[in-house]
Amino acid sequence: MGALLNQRFLTLAVLAVVIAVLPFVFPSSYYFRVASLVWVSALAAIGLNILMGQAGQVSLGHAAFFGIGAYAVAIGPTHLGIPPWAALLIGAALSAVLAYLVGRPILRLKGHYLAIATLGLGVLVALVISTESGWTGGPDGMPVERLTLFGWRVSGSYTWYWVTGALLLVGTWIALNLDETPTGRAFRALHDSEVAAQVVGVDVARFKLQAFVIAAVYASIAGSALAFMNGFINPDQAGFLHSVELVTIVVLGGLGSVVGSIVGAVVLVTLPQALTMFHEYEHLLLGLIIVVSMIFMRNGIVPSLSGLFLRRARS
Amino acid sequence: MAEFLQFLISGLTVGAVYALVALGFTLIYNASGVVNFAQGEFVMLGGMVTVFASAAGVPLVLAAFIAVVVAVVIGLLLHRLAIEPARGASAVTLIIITIGASILFRGIAAIIFDKQFHKLPGFTGETPIDILGAAVQPQSFWVLGGAAVVVVALYVFLEHTLLGKAVLATAANRLAARLVGINTTTIMALAFGGSAAIGAIAGILVTPITLTSYDVGTLLALKGFAAAMLGGMGNPVGAVVGGLLLGLLEAFGAGYLSSTYKDAFAFLVILIVLFVAPQGLFGRRVVERV
Amino acid sequence: MTILKATDIGISFGGVKAVDGVSFSVSPGQILSIIGPNGAGKTTLFNIVSGIYAASRGTIHLADEDVTGLSPHKLAARGLSRTFQNLQIFQRMTACENVMVGRHLREKCSLLPALFRTPSVTRQNRETRAAALDLLAYVGLKDVADVPAGSLPYGACKRLEIARALAAEPRVLLLDEPAAGCNAVETEEIDHLIRQVADRGVAVVLVEHDMKLVMKISDRILVLERGRPLAEGTPREVRDDPKVLEAYLGQHGAREAARA
Repeated sequence: MGALLNQRFLTLAVLAVVIAVLPFVFPSSYYFRVASLVWVSALAAIGLNILMGQAGQVSLGHAAFFGIGAYAVAIGPTHLGIPPWAALLIGAALSAVLAYLVGRPILRLKGHYLAIATLGLGVLVALVISTESGWTGGPDGMPVERLTLFGWRVSGSYTWYWVTGALLLVGTWIALNLDETPTGRAFRALHDSEVAAQVVGVDVARFKLQAFVIAAVYASIAGSALAFMNGFINPDQAGFLHSVELVTIVVLGGLGSVVGSIVGAVVLVTLPQALTMFHEYEHLLLGLIIVVSMIFMRNGIVPSLSGLFLRRARS
Repeated sequence: MAEFLQFLISGLTVGAVYALVALGFTLIYNASGVVNFAQGEFVMLGGMVTVFASAAGVPLVLAAFIAVVVAVVIGLLLHRLAIEPARGASAVTLIIITIGASILFRGIAAIIFDKQFHKLPGFTGETPIDILGAAVQPQSFWVLGGAAVVVVALYVFLEHTLLGKAVLATAANRLAARLVGINTTTIMALAFGGSAAIGAIAGILVTPITLTSYDVGTLLALKGFAAAMLGGMGNPVGAVVGGLLLGLLEAFGAGYLSSTYKDAFAFLVILIVLFVAPQGLFGRRVVERV
Repeated sequence: MTILKATDIGISFGGVKAVDGVSFSVSPGQILSIIGPNGAGKTTLFNIVSGIYAASRGTIHLADEDVTGLSPHKLAARGLSRTFQNLQIFQRMTACENVMVGRHLREKCSLLPALFRTPSVTRQNRETRAAALDLLAYVGLKDVADVPAGSLPYGACKRLEIARALAAEPRVLLLDEPAAGCNAVETEEIDHLIRQVADRGVAVVLVEHDMKLVMKISDRILVLERGRPLAEGTPREVRDDPKVLEAYLGQHGAREAARA
């Protein structure tokens, strides 16, 4: 117990230090932008990891909630005159409600059937966003009003670095909290054996739904943050490929590992940036790296590497 | 009536392509348990290789043959270099591997070919044929006929050859198949090669109608997967029916309701079907053993 | 005083009647064993009683309440717990966590306090862990409390399942072959354990192939054959029943046994 508590604080402390120290080594504002992008993706991935890694339920349409969060802060202030910060909360609430309503029937499905149902949900949301151009600007996207908090206008890549970094810290803290609670244990139990979880009284449907709603809220807030940060949003953020990217971050980093999701986001967000220097070889290399690392680290980067270190330390 | 017929034929044509992609999914899934998200890339390869080979002066038939061979080689390589080394990894890990492979194939295609849209001429001209007032492209018949030939050939292979029965046995129970002396690794390789060929044929047949480019695979994989699930994963008949149904839903939805939301109808129906029948239309109901 | 009463239970799979017209009842503190050859429908009966399968006919009463068709977690909330013939442990969780999940119904489980880990959550966690460790000690697994359950040997997993089921503080406990794959010493331990549990007032329903164990600890025995009830009574009555001998040993064996 003590060890676990320490591990939790250690993870948070290391993350906080990394976030605090990076600005000293960043040579240009471009780096702040990329890092903010990493924090936002990591936040969404941590949420998805609660659903996939803890509760063992796959979602291939999670970018839908990312998109809802993003478009809430774009549409709310522009069309409805809602203050930006309130639009973020409304987006999160909308995502939660949608996840709750759709989750009930969807989460009865298993394995690949759940995958296609969530994928369908994602496609539907993305389609609505790119079609209802009167509200959303259609496939071209739409601008997002700047976030103002108590008269403070949140803008600039430097500022957003800190805001997204703080969001990630809070998101990490909550995900780590959840692990060692009756709810977190229920998630992991139903992942390993639904039937055994049921016979000790775990209402499997209820906890799957909770995990789905939590994951949706994480994605929604991440989406809102990205929209504010970029000042612009387009339907790609809600699309199938973004859903796939989020799942890839989670699996590449390591299912069930909070740190894994952050590492996965670092790899999958910075890699395309780094690979742009190879111009047209970018996709080829990205695909190759995903395939090779999944073959050799099939449990994901963080679990595989920490397993390796533990074995080394023992021998 | 003419309008209805028009939608029916275009729906069946697109549906036949989805059916072939779904069939490819099913073949690999049955032999190996892998959901291969690179399935759409085989379709892309079929179209692109044919386009570029025939542009280089190779006769169309030969170009098509080369395209199928290329796809089969890529399919075998995918199995040998990516799936086989990851044997025993979790289902979701394997899915990510095939997604990575699809990105890789797309990247290679963008380099070797280009990022433009390409078209093949219709195999037998492009003058629309009038059928009860509906203008039908002759290529539609090629797609429908070709798909039918592939389905029948696959059926004959599976039901009437020893090798085909070995594939079915592996699909039913991999361990038992191994115990009676079936080399399941070979069967898996066969499945990857076979579904690559099926995908490539679909790509060749449909390119004169829909055009092709290096990145057409993603959407096709998505639709093919949806069709396979609609029919019930692992059931070849379900895959074909699911594919045709998906094509018809899109065509009629786009024609009678709203063309911008054509993808929505398909996925709405899939969601509704799964709510009612969680194992798809033709999926087996399994009683969980505990 | 009956706590669990199953009446005229039946289920069929694809036309085959796996369980057909089986009734039984059990009282607090009593041990009822259900025996029969492989395929007699014992595990299927358990799956029906614990709500995993829906019976095609018959009723189940738990403490005078009709609970037919209730889902497993609702039955658990009413005091029914079980173990599984083929292990259903939470492989990726530690032994202690497995038992802690067993305490699920005894824990307050609201989401917001869990997300922010309020002091009450931490306190409850400590209490649950202490209770789980007690149970692990009770089944002799205290030393491996923090070992991932997936790496425990078979016999240990069997006892871990019992500890997890007990953690729910059930009024009725269904044990599906708890001694399967255990050696003589382990079987002896499980024997003691079941007796102790029953002595605390828990009604135990036991499916077991180890006849020595069954004859020793059962208060009553129900014999099934091909899904149908064959005999019921005290261990002595059942042992002397020619129908039972025949079912188990065949006609020839029954004659041999009668001569012996």
